[in-house]
Amino acid sequence: MNLDNLYREIIMEHYKNPRNKGLLDDERYHKIRIKNPSCGDDITIQTLVEDDIIKDCRQEATGCSISVASASVLTEIMIGKPVEEALSLAENFLNMVSNKEFNHDMDLEEAEVFSGVKQFPARIKCASIAWVAFKDSLESE
Amino acid sequence: MNEKIFNDFPQLKSGMIYFDTAATSLKPLSVIEAVNHYNKDLSSNINRGMYDKGIETTELYEETRVKIAHFINAKSEEIIFTRGATSSLNLVAYSWGLNNLDKDSEIIISEQEHHSQFLPWQFVSKKTGAKIKFIELDRFGRITVEAFKKTLTSKTKVVAINYVSNVLGYVNPIKEITELAHEVGAIVVIDGAQAVQHLKVDLKSLNIDFFAFSGHKMLGPTGIGVLYGKSSHLKVMQPFEYGGDMNEDVEKDISTWKKAPQKFEAGTMPIGSVIGLGKAVDYIENLGIENIDEYTKKLSRYLCDELLKLEGVTVYNPYSDSGVITYNLNGIPAHDAISYYAEKKIAIRSGQHCAKLIHDFLGIHSSLRATVYLYNTLDEVNTFIEVTKKAIEYFKEIGF
Repeated sequence: MNLDNLYREIIMEHYKNPRNKGLLDDERYHKIRIKNPSCGDDITIQTLVEDDIIKDCRQEATGCSISVASASVLTEIMIGKPVEEALSLAENFLNMVSNKEFNHDMDLEEAEVFSGVKQFPARIKCASIAWVAFKDSLESE
Repeated sequence: MNEKIFNDFPQLKSGMIYFDTAATSLKPLSVIEAVNHYNKDLSSNINRGMYDKGIETTELYEETRVKIAHFINAKSEEIIFTRGATSSLNLVAYSWGLNNLDKDSEIIISEQEHHSQFLPWQFVSKKTGAKIKFIELDRFGRITVEAFKKTLTSKTKVVAINYVSNVLGYVNPIKEITELAHEVGAIVVIDGAQAVQHLKVDLKSLNIDFFAFSGHKMLGPTGIGVLYGKSSHLKVMQPFEYGGDMNEDVEKDISTWKKAPQKFEAGTMPIGSVIGLGKAVDYIENLGIENIDEYTKKLSRYLCDELLKLEGVTVYNPYSDSGVITYNLNGIPAHDAISYYAEKKIAIRSGQHCAKLIHDFLGIHSSLRATVYLYNTLDEVNTFIEVTKKAIEYFKEIGF
């Protein structure tokens, strides 16, 4: 186990400069907040869907570097994606970080940097929270 | 630490530095063997098996009750076995709280409380309309008698606080608080989960009404805890759980219950764990709880002082009275820091330690907690400090 497999440069970059940060007061958005009481993570994901396309994705995340960076990377990847594709990407990402079978051919773009998380079972939840919230926000449509 | 203690705790041989006793303690061989002995040689139910093994098991089970009573200076009929401190506190909240409180009642609690003390009373408050009042903590997060007095009124019916804080390690002035609470007719419910492994608990002298603790934080197995309750309360309280063995007579229209403590021990209890807990008490008493406390405090004092010397560390309880030290590496979320310690084979805790309100009080989302106990050593503390220094360097290097 080597921590460098976890703390990749791109992750640190997103942690320090999180994208699409800040929630909008716009009722067209669907919002899901997930808190992890055991570690203090508090993640909210907001999605705007129009014509089955994710038009916008916002996040507000407090927590460790992995959970904050993961929320940031998620928003960047998902904006502009069709809902169906977005859901299968999220599913694939969740399988990848939790060391389950996943589709290696699917392009997870920058989110590939979280592939090292599976070596750190204690951190799977950190990487997953934003993606679970994202899925829930689409399913609450 | 001497060779004997090292050999008594098989898990130490893994080479891991175990600084997480506040979450659960390591178990000595004598406890492990007692649990195994029950499962391997004695499996039979208590109070029912009218054969040799059943009788021997019942004797061992009841022997633990006597040991526990002696350990905390109470009577054995005041000792109820439960699943843990959480179950014990829920029992009081459900059985006493729901039946004795109403919208004119007040419950005094503190932000130091573990969720196992706070949430049952929050539930009772919602159900009965009783009002929850918080003792104002001093700037270090301590409960003072003065602040308690300001919260106490003639409407106070319950005072529910901890003896030793699981985050800040303070020993709270529960004797003085109990005297004051009794003057207004309130009952005092104490969470002793972090106290029994450190302090000589004398319930006769403390005179509190209910006292809860877990076996697994005091060298015992998981799944077993204790509720002490004054006989006068237990006598009039309704059972918390209904089922086998707790009843005296069962009829179609009405049934009656055994006396306490059996009234509160419905169904088959974790018998092996109870027998193991008896051995945990023996272990602590053989070493002497005062010796354990002195050793632990010396070690945690040293750990705390060394942490305070480091640049980039915030210690939240520099005046801790026990083995618990809670801190953060500045600018590094606790969940990131913990991964570094884990990689270096040091077990500490990160997060909110089931006590969110005290984290709100401290103005932080999470923290790191190192707890030392009788099986930890000065060498381990030195390694821990070195790893802490390296962690700070590492996280700085990668851009935190």
